Amino acid sequence: MSETHAEYADGWSEQEPPHPQTGPAPSSSSAVTPADAADAARLVSFGLQPKLLPARDAEYTELLRRYREDPAFARLADAVATGLGLVVLEVSPRAGMAVTAGEDSVFAVRMGDYARRASTDSADRFLHGLAHLAVATMAFPRPEDLADDAYIGRLTVNGVDAFVRQACLRLEQRAEEQGENTDPASDAPGLEAGWRIYARRSATGATKDARRLAGSTTGIVGKAAAFLTDSGFLQRTGDEGGGSYRTTARYQLQVRDMAGSAAMAELLELGVVPVSDGTATLVPPPEGDDLELAADAGLPFHA
Amino acid sequence: MTSPASTDLAPPQLSAAPRPAQGPAADEGLARRLRALACTAPLHDLDARKANLAGEYTVYAMAEVALSAIDLVTLNMDFDTGADHEQIVARLLPRVAAQAPSRPAAEHERVARWVLENLINVGSVDRGFRAVYGTFGTDGVYVRRDYDFKLIEEVPGYGGGVYLRTTDEAVNVLVGALDTDVTSAQIAAEVKLEVLISRGRLADAQLAAEQARYRTVQYAETLRKTLEATRRNVRAVDWLQAVPDMIDEALDHVADRYRHENAILTNIRKARDEAEDHEHKRRAAELVDIVKDCIRRHTQLQSRLLEAGPLFRAEQDRQAFAAPTAYTGLDLYGQLVAPILPLPVEQAGKVTDAFFAHGTGLRTPASVRLGDLVDLLLTPPVEREHLGAEMPEPDLIATPDDSRFSEEQLASAMRLLDLEHDAPRRLSGLLAEARLLDGDLPYLVALLAVHAASPPVGTAYRQGEERLLFAVDDGTPLDDPEFGGADLIVGTALLDAVGMAADRSEST
Repeated sequence: MSETHAEYADGWSEQEPPHPQTGPAPSSSSAVTPADAADAARLVSFGLQPKLLPARDAEYTELLRRYREDPAFARLADAVATGLGLVVLEVSPRAGMAVTAGEDSVFAVRMGDYARRASTDSADRFLHGLAHLAVATMAFPRPEDLADDAYIGRLTVNGVDAFVRQACLRLEQRAEEQGENTDPASDAPGLEAGWRIYARRSATGATKDARRLAGSTTGIVGKAAAFLTDSGFLQRTGDEGGGSYRTTARYQLQVRDMAGSAAMAELLELGVVPVSDGTATLVPPPEGDDLELAADAGLPFHA
Repeated sequence: MTSPASTDLAPPQLSAAPRPAQGPAADEGLARRLRALACTAPLHDLDARKANLAGEYTVYAMAEVALSAIDLVTLNMDFDTGADHEQIVARLLPRVAAQAPSRPAAEHERVARWVLENLINVGSVDRGFRAVYGTFGTDGVYVRRDYDFKLIEEVPGYGGGVYLRTTDEAVNVLVGALDTDVTSAQIAAEVKLEVLISRGRLADAQLAAEQARYRTVQYAETLRKTLEATRRNVRAVDWLQAVPDMIDEALDHVADRYRHENAILTNIRKARDEAEDHEHKRRAAELVDIVKDCIRRHTQLQSRLLEAGPLFRAEQDRQAFAAPTAYTGLDLYGQLVAPILPLPVEQAGKVTDAFFAHGTGLRTPASVRLGDLVDLLLTPPVEREHLGAEMPEPDLIATPDDSRFSEEQLASAMRLLDLEHDAPRRLSGLLAEARLLDGDLPYLVALLAVHAASPPVGTAYRQGEERLLFAVDDGTPLDDPEFGGADLIVGTALLDAVGMAADRSEST
């Protein structure tokens, strides 16, 4: 059984323009009917509605159960997702059919669509990306939080902003202590340090219609949080602190399996990654060793 | 023999030789002063740019208004939030109005808002200022650098409000103590105050007291930032050494200052009560207020300091004693945020782009049917309800009329006092005449006459009145069965209504 299914899945992923809903199974003698393909596509379409909770929809729950119990159906659903340019992160009752957009997929979010200024202004582009990273960091502050499936992160927009500002302030203080002149050269804006860009952007601002100033850092973080809420990654729980949110299982999967590793890979490419075994980055290293981490993230209560 | 030896030593000498005379160490002080100088530029700029405003604004001293605005924001900065925008504008108005009393109030408000908005620099996306200066680097190359700073920044407050705070740069510009240590500057200011008071130089003492208050606010601000960081992320703060030390230091500081300022308070109170000169008395009274305010701020600071310990322990309980999981994941802060913040934005942007591209999830692309689009575009916009809900008819209850005198009595009293301007009368005569009309009327007449003893000339003048009742005491005692005192001369003065009207139209 499993062998034929493996072949079958491979066959799908190799086909260039897949039409899984309509295409009949090529050479399968097992009972994969068009009705099964329709069900698999239906499950994927549930996955494309990230705010839909499996527990709220009987059909969704039933399809999830079938995915978990029927390997043939599971492979079929995976194939449908792959063909649409989706990556399956997890299929479970808690997260539902957690799919995300693959690179260059029609479902992918482009920075230019996300924020207009970001496509022309590298500082704005950086700030929007950093806002998403900071939201994830506040949502899962410790490595264990990201690893623990039962963990639910909580964050507020102002909290995220304040935390990044604090990190920037520390860098500023450290630069001052070392007597560095951190003011960037006038004709090379790309060389300005990231923390400076964040630090000099105002945190908030009065507007005529009492909305958040879009270009301020709380405006940028607030936009990220609202966008992630639309993605089914966060749930808004209140208005305090500029808007408070809690995380969903999908967000944890997305950050852990997709975003975190992609960003890490990019950082490795730049050759500036602090070497880490993935367990002890927040524990302060011994005296005099790798002060860079200790200054930023020193743990006061290490073992 | 010497030449080989010198070539051995050559490399270090060579590397040192091309360095220009202006080394980075000498340049650093210059850079600091240039930055300090830059902080004052926005204030000068206000006066330079006021000519470009539509209207005649040269009469206003914009830099003065701006400095005063920074003063106000600094003094109104609370521990938690900041100063309210509208409140600052309202408090600026008297000063602006004093600069050009004849101009309309709307213009005063416009000036106050203009100055405040320019201090925030509302027009720029960063809402800050940038100055360019040049330094020699370690390699002797001249580099132009951007210095970004803010004077007043907008911060989020409770309930989504926006509050104003003065930045450290602004406070430094304001008090003129550039690049000094907070604690020692405060001690110096207070010692100076004590000396000044003991020598009775209160004018200087007030200046010193105000400076001490700025220092107090600045100190509280430094502590607030650290405490806030503690609350957010226990691990971002060194709770083994730095923070406990800081809190101890701050508590000592508060206790010390509290003792100190109470002593000062006692001294100034004494000075206030013993002062002969009215001016001295007033200044001493102001000083008492300022020092009281300092003490209030210290007390507030102290309560925050005492909360910090329990807060840390609660956070630690939550975070450190959670059940450990079987495996650990990616450390977002230590492995991503911390390493990318110091990177140049060109490189850091690549990492954040990658995170963004993989961390935002998916969006199902919207596809529009032409039919829907046509319908959508042709639908007339929904009428907005501008007026809101209908107000319920208020239920009015008539209050009983409990006035001492009736309308008729007032009318007859006014008739009695409606005197010819060239024929003033004695109060005794008026009272006697009133007594003939009504038993209660003399009281009203007497009241009106006494009120006329200090007539509101200015108000009458502004309101364009033509006549004004006045009463003068010429020393004659009043001989009356019911009233005692002076037998006032009551008369009517004519005011120059036409001249007044002309004056008013000139001034506006």
